[in-house]
Amino acid sequence: MQTTRRQFLSLAGGVTAAGTIPIVTLRPLEATPAMLNTAIRNVVGEAPIRTGKVKLDIPPLVENGNTVPMTVSVASPMTADDYVKSIHVFNEKNPQPNIGNFHLGPSSGRAQVSTRIRLADTQKVVAIARLSDDTFWQVAADIVVTLAACTEEVN
Amino acid sequence: MIFWRAIAAATLFATTPALLAGEIPPDARRSGYAFMGPDTQAMQDDDTINPGMLFVLDGEALWGRKSGSANKACADCHGDARSSMKGVAARYPAFDKASGRPVTLDQRINLCRANHQQATPLPYESRDLLALSAFVAHQSRGVAITAGDDPQLKPFIEQGRDLFMQREGQLNLACTNCHDDNFNKRLAGAPITQGQPTGYPLYRLEWQTLGSLERRLRSCMSGVRAQAYDYGSPELVALELYLMSRARGLPMETPAVRP
Amino acid sequence: MAALINVPAKAKRGAIIEIRTLTSHIMETGFRHTAAGDVVPRDIITSFTCRYNGAEIFRADLFPAIAANPYLSFFTVAKESGKFEFEWIGDNGYSSTASASITVE
Repeated sequence: MQTTRRQFLSLAGGVTAAGTIPIVTLRPLEATPAMLNTAIRNVVGEAPIRTGKVKLDIPPLVENGNTVPMTVSVASPMTADDYVKSIHVFNEKNPQPNIGNFHLGPSSGRAQVSTRIRLADTQKVVAIARLSDDTFWQVAADIVVTLAACTEEVN
Repeated sequence: MIFWRAIAAATLFATTPALLAGEIPPDARRSGYAFMGPDTQAMQDDDTINPGMLFVLDGEALWGRKSGSANKACADCHGDARSSMKGVAARYPAFDKASGRPVTLDQRINLCRANHQQATPLPYESRDLLALSAFVAHQSRGVAITAGDDPQLKPFIEQGRDLFMQREGQLNLACTNCHDDNFNKRLAGAPITQGQPTGYPLYRLEWQTLGSLERRLRSCMSGVRAQAYDYGSPELVALELYLMSRARGLPMETPAVRP
Repeated sequence: MAALINVPAKAKRGAIIEIRTLTSHIMETGFRHTAAGDVVPRDIITSFTCRYNGAEIFRADLFPAIAANPYLSFFTVAKESGKFEFEWIGDNGYSSTASASITVE
């Protein structure tokens, strides 16, 4: 597949931005599109979401958006009275904003979950943790999905 | 650095005609593994996260399962695959005396089914054929590729080499234009590899499943807008044989993971 | 079809252990179309649960954005010897289970 000038320019632009700035950038939730915001509010309600405690480990530049390894971890002692209840992961530009909800408890020992996700396009992924005191903490990451060359015909 | 690579990708087609076709010397041969990012490499390296291992497990179950009107399992003739199949896939495609032609590992499995199990052939790219093939090839992981050493294969390697060097499709590109002349550069966002088939059948993230070398060759052909050869056609078998002989000495990686 | 479960066979009491599961599933998103333009119906695993000697220790709700052949890794405290039971539930009545034992010393 030959790269058109337009594709090249958008690719080069995206890659340059990603190459010069470390990828994990934090932005207020107001900046995210409506669907993402609605999905997040369905989980969080009207509670404030603070930035911090949550770490999202995901390659900043992925080789194929069909299978992207991702690890979310939360700084928590994971004791009977201070633990992570759940971790919720969302995306900005897939057809649906939800990726997964992961329910933990004090017996988890460590608040860390890994899985592999699909990203239809270069976009933002948001991870939110609900702690045992019902406070919400978040982190966001921007991921560049590169175009695959010589892909099979879509069926 | 990354920006520079994007430029290289964009200028690739402009510079290609000026480059000379040349085969890769043995000490410069590199598996597709070497061209991947660390995350994809990690997925291949650890059997507890390598999705290709799901197919190897399925293949292990099929190996021991009786099939066909002869009511025989692979294991009834071949015993423990860990010893009987070690190194076998590293020699395929291999010369088949009965037909006087090279056969792929998939074809050998189906010949065994027809001749010894009296079973129907498994369709190309079916889950069962991929699983059996992955299980057998997995027994050769780490074994150096020696396919093509049999002198009877020489004319078929030549045929495969000719196909590799022959321009085709609406883009008028030969395999060699990318995989001999331009590896290390990028096509769109993806690195161009040497096209060394060290880990088939392999789990391709794009496919989200395991697939054969023939499937990969067919998608390359679609990529240059050529009519792809049919599964099991003499041309695809010859290409597979040439590619395996071209990868001589590289260790088998089945089930590899590729983007 | 296979599931690949990775649980340490032995652990010290109180140790935090990692559990990894990989299961065969197409995870068809429901957003793809055939060449004829028809939508390929959604077929995904929607829920995964892990129980440790009968008590739920981890649960996940999965969406179409989870990659094919879902992989999950999570942690638990090794409290006592026994059994981990895993259950995947999905569209079209899909259900599969697996288990693994652990010896805690």
